[in-house]
Amino acid sequence: MTTTVINPDIETTSRIRPDTAPDVAPAEASLVTLEDLNVWFTDAAGAAHHVVHDLSLDINPGECVAVIGESGSGKSVTARTLIGLTGPNSHIQATRASVDGRDIQRTTDAQWRRIRGAQIGFILQDALVSLDPLRTIGAEIGESLRLHGVGKAAQRRERVIELLEAVGVPEPEMRARQRSGELSGGLRQRALIASAIANDPPLLVADEPTTALDVTVQAQVLDLLAQRKASGTAILLISHDFSVVGRLADRVLVMQGGHIVEQGTAEDVLNHPQHEYTRQLLDAVPSGVTKGEYLTSAKREHASVALNTSPVRTHEVADAPPVLEATGLTKSFRGPDGVTRTVVKDVSFDVRAGQTLGIVGESGSGKSTTASIALGFLQPDSGSVLLNGKPWSELGVSGRRSRRRDVTVVYQDPLSSFDPRWSAEQILTDALEPATDGIAFGARRRQRAQLRDRAEELVGLVGLDPQHLAKHPLQLSGGQRQRLSIARALAPEPDVVVLDEAVSALDVSVQAQVLDLLTELQERLGTTYVFISHDLGVIHHMSDHILVMKDGEAVEYGNAEQIFHAPAHPYTQELLNSLQTMTAHTPRGR
Amino acid sequence: MTVPPLSATTEPYQATTADPTPVSPRQRTDPRLVVSLILRKLGGAAFVVWAAASLTFLMQALLPGDRATMLLNQQTGQVQERSAEELAPINEMFGFTDPLLVQYLSFLGGLLRGDLGVSYQLLQPVTTVIGDQIAPTVILTFSSLVVAWVIALVLLVLTARRVGWVSRLFSGLEAAAAALPQYWLGIILLVVFALGLGLFPVVGGEGPLGLVLPALTLGLPLAGFLGQTMRAEFERTLDEPFVLTARARGMSDTGVRIRHVLRHALLPGLTLTGWAIGSLFSGAVIAENVFSRPGLGGVLVDAVNGRDLPVVCGVVMLVALIYVIANLVVDTAYVLVDPRLKLTH
Amino acid sequence: MTTTLNGPADQRSPTQHSTTQKPTTVASQLYSSLQSRRPKSRLRQVPLTVWIAAVFALVLLIASLAPSLLATHDPRAIRLEAPLASPNWEHWFGTDQSGRDLYSRMVHGAGQSLLIGLGATGIGVGLAVIFGAWAGLGGRWADAFIGRGLDVFFAFPTLLLAMVFITVYGPSAPTLILAVGLGTAPGYTRMVRGQILAVRHSGYVQAAEALGHSPWRILNRHILPNALRPLLAILTLGIGQSIVWASGLAFLGFGVAPPSPEWGALLEAGRPYITEAWWLEILPGLAVLATALTATILGKHLESALEGSQT
Repeated sequence: MTTTVINPDIETTSRIRPDTAPDVAPAEASLVTLEDLNVWFTDAAGAAHHVVHDLSLDINPGECVAVIGESGSGKSVTARTLIGLTGPNSHIQATRASVDGRDIQRTTDAQWRRIRGAQIGFILQDALVSLDPLRTIGAEIGESLRLHGVGKAAQRRERVIELLEAVGVPEPEMRARQRSGELSGGLRQRALIASAIANDPPLLVADEPTTALDVTVQAQVLDLLAQRKASGTAILLISHDFSVVGRLADRVLVMQGGHIVEQGTAEDVLNHPQHEYTRQLLDAVPSGVTKGEYLTSAKREHASVALNTSPVRTHEVADAPPVLEATGLTKSFRGPDGVTRTVVKDVSFDVRAGQTLGIVGESGSGKSTTASIALGFLQPDSGSVLLNGKPWSELGVSGRRSRRRDVTVVYQDPLSSFDPRWSAEQILTDALEPATDGIAFGARRRQRAQLRDRAEELVGLVGLDPQHLAKHPLQLSGGQRQRLSIARALAPEPDVVVLDEAVSALDVSVQAQVLDLLTELQERLGTTYVFISHDLGVIHHMSDHILVMKDGEAVEYGNAEQIFHAPAHPYTQELLNSLQTMTAHTPRGR
Repeated sequence: MTVPPLSATTEPYQATTADPTPVSPRQRTDPRLVVSLILRKLGGAAFVVWAAASLTFLMQALLPGDRATMLLNQQTGQVQERSAEELAPINEMFGFTDPLLVQYLSFLGGLLRGDLGVSYQLLQPVTTVIGDQIAPTVILTFSSLVVAWVIALVLLVLTARRVGWVSRLFSGLEAAAAALPQYWLGIILLVVFALGLGLFPVVGGEGPLGLVLPALTLGLPLAGFLGQTMRAEFERTLDEPFVLTARARGMSDTGVRIRHVLRHALLPGLTLTGWAIGSLFSGAVIAENVFSRPGLGGVLVDAVNGRDLPVVCGVVMLVALIYVIANLVVDTAYVLVDPRLKLTH
Repeated sequence: MTTTLNGPADQRSPTQHSTTQKPTTVASQLYSSLQSRRPKSRLRQVPLTVWIAAVFALVLLIASLAPSLLATHDPRAIRLEAPLASPNWEHWFGTDQSGRDLYSRMVHGAGQSLLIGLGATGIGVGLAVIFGAWAGLGGRWADAFIGRGLDVFFAFPTLLLAMVFITVYGPSAPTLILAVGLGTAPGYTRMVRGQILAVRHSGYVQAAEALGHSPWRILNRHILPNALRPLLAILTLGIGQSIVWASGLAFLGFGVAPPSPEWGALLEAGRPYITEAWWLEILPGLAVLATALTATILGKHLESALEGSQT
């Protein structure tokens, strides 16, 4: 579909100046050319923040070029440069910057409006927020058509249905009348892609297109993008995830702090990374790395020097007594619509001292509810949990309170779990002292000094500096906050620590450091973990035993290696397949 | 006007103990749920009306002072103790000495028949006293509501998140308008436009020209409130990823503002409007006073001065009823703007 | 431990406070951090409006405590030869029907007006804390009961609720304080309740429960301090609003009786002369408006300063 019909009033109002005439592209030129692109923002005080430095890239039709980097690397800004939406206060300078032969530095706003959506499709992550939640997806997709000249409403409706069909949405007539909130994550993302390809643009810019999706859905969405690529569409893929990039990209650029640190074919960059940072990022991906092995090179070297042995864990502690034993847990909730849903169905597991139980499942599988029951925050409808062989879930509120310090928790979002008024030191000393409310003044002062010493010990243990104690959590980085959260969980010297998606919000290199910290703490202190995650790679890396959950049921439970290499249940196989097809493209460079 | 009681930021945080249950793709809204939601809304509204009526009854029955004495003193313009013989016929007539429950039931029965009691001062049924004067007040209230919405919407689309000083200037103006005491604004308008420039009549008649200044008096502060509330949501929505998506489709900035962002910003404005209806009615009392307009304002001021509790309570009950109905309308409008059915509400 | 566990990426400067709870919103975090890249405000960056408001608040304070320092005339001195004089060099704000100096009367009335505002806000917020805390902490039934009660009270506009009260007790300063206090209480109650519920369901209260802390300790250390902290800002905002309400009632004739220089009384006294002496209404009203704006600006600033102090 071409966009020969152009909104007439835009055409007449756009100023025609000789210098706005598009550059005539040489015949062999690529679709996108960026040469020495620089982007910076000026803040309210007038200071400039340079976010992209001297970036060059070309994209040819039918080719996928990926820009990979962590948050703050400037990759999203690069994507936005191509659609002229870097936002107010942004400045762009490049020796050459053209899309389809048009100099984007000289494109006027009216011209941009004709290019966006017609020549360039743009896909953001998580369609729940990237599609207007108040409008039907039919209206959203139809908008792309309306803006680029498909005049008749009936014609647009037909085309919307075709598009939804093309991106693999079943029952498209019904879906077109639904809103993004009524669709599952995968269908939403397909709808978003449909709205981006509505006018069949030669270039797609995809900014983290699969990031918020479950792993099985991720694979399907990537297949869809691969189809577009095969039919000749050029794709600029922005991602932080090597497995996504490995699956789709022909060429890869690695970005760090606004600079390209490495580039080459996907094959070369992923298999033979040259730059230290690329290697770090690749190593940090935990999938396929055996439990006990460190993910960061600093740790690996340190471990091999200090222990002089392979850090791979042996299962000598297999006979340790169970710390937490759950049998036949069932829990239902009555939804706001009056329907009762069973969220956890007959789930049993046990965790032995010094070991890790990994609970893996996609969103809605009941893993967090299981965690809440294990923590004693929720009473199961039936079934029971034993803590150190003694009843736990059956206890009353006050009976449980005295033993709460035996089971602690680390949440996904540490910031909201810290009192906003408190410094790191207050957070830790509060966790250390069971009760000082009734203690005499002198004793209290002595105790305070002791607590301070203990707090310093704890921050040292989790790899923070004593000077961090004076800081407020807001002044810490994401990784530091999670370390503080771990320190707090360790403060009462618990028997079990429940880690509920504890590393899911972190950048991959920070995630690797935190995972290494957890591994090291387990070796040194013999802590027992219940590790909950949607990420099978992380779970496999951390766990001795794995519980796979789907729709509230434990579909598979057993030894980690066994489950990873010989999954019995079809769902586990599916999970592993999608993980392996994703990671097959990211062989480790060790 | 005062700070609206609803604050979007203080909504209780929903604890997430359970996994978010994904909406099953096949699930359509069950019509039974819609019906039960409507019934719940109507039941809630009926409860508020009943409770408001009962409260006003209790105020009349239990507050200090013998009602028969007050009534006699009102009529004769004297303040003195009354003898039992004097009070007996009045107690007989109004049933003041009946047991409280009997009085309450007859009060409720009267309400159902549209009887709000008898004015102490005028010895007329309260419904007649109010009914004679209600039309100008309703007209004033709703025209000021329209004025407020028009001003707020136009300023919102034109000035929110524009060049630094434009947004700052207009959000400052909105804050100032929201803080304006209505009587003061009314006097300024009166002094400048009626007395000074002679553009409008000084004593507001019932004609449309006499409506302009009173409607502005009530509408401007409300426009300030609406503007502040909607501007916050508007600017928040402008940062949403779906706005970026719409821009990436080739939509113009103005298009995005009107077709996507405005709809989201309407929602807090609607909620505020439900609250503002009651407040506008009481504001109308002041505006009518400033511009010497006919309406409930005069009735109410006379009744408060004359300590004519049945009339005051009648007006209060009427405004409560209007408030409840207005909120039902607002709830309906809310669902039209935001069709995602909120079953948790 | 010999090596530090911190890697290069972990040492990055802290990102902007992000409230996103989704695991992976890297792009949107970046986007929002670009949007709000603004330096944190400190004392030297206090906006001009706040300075002006602070100065005006100081003037009000002096007028309330030592009015003779600011007044130019005796507020009660009658000059029959100069009634209803428009503002001039001698009488900055003009004179009233008895030739009394309006400026001096307003200075002398400030104290009583502020006291009415303070008293009404105290009653309103006091009731709000009691009922809001009861609703927020008293369990499901208490919350349902108070929630329903609030729904009912919201059907009575503030001004009408106050009028009912005045009908019963007759106009006077204490009645006015009580009436405005009662009229504004439902709004504040809703705020306090919301605040307490938000804190009660917050992650840090759950974290404290997970550590086995007693309910009493959690209440003292987390819920009360965090939920009641915004009260200071609410109180400041409320004083301005209460003065506006009280003056509105006074304007209708339900306030302090006219010979008093209280602002509401000045407004009422000036009403018969509106056609010939605009200053008698406009200037006391301006004082009310300025006080309300001052309270709003200071209250809002206090609010953001309290939030900012978390950083």
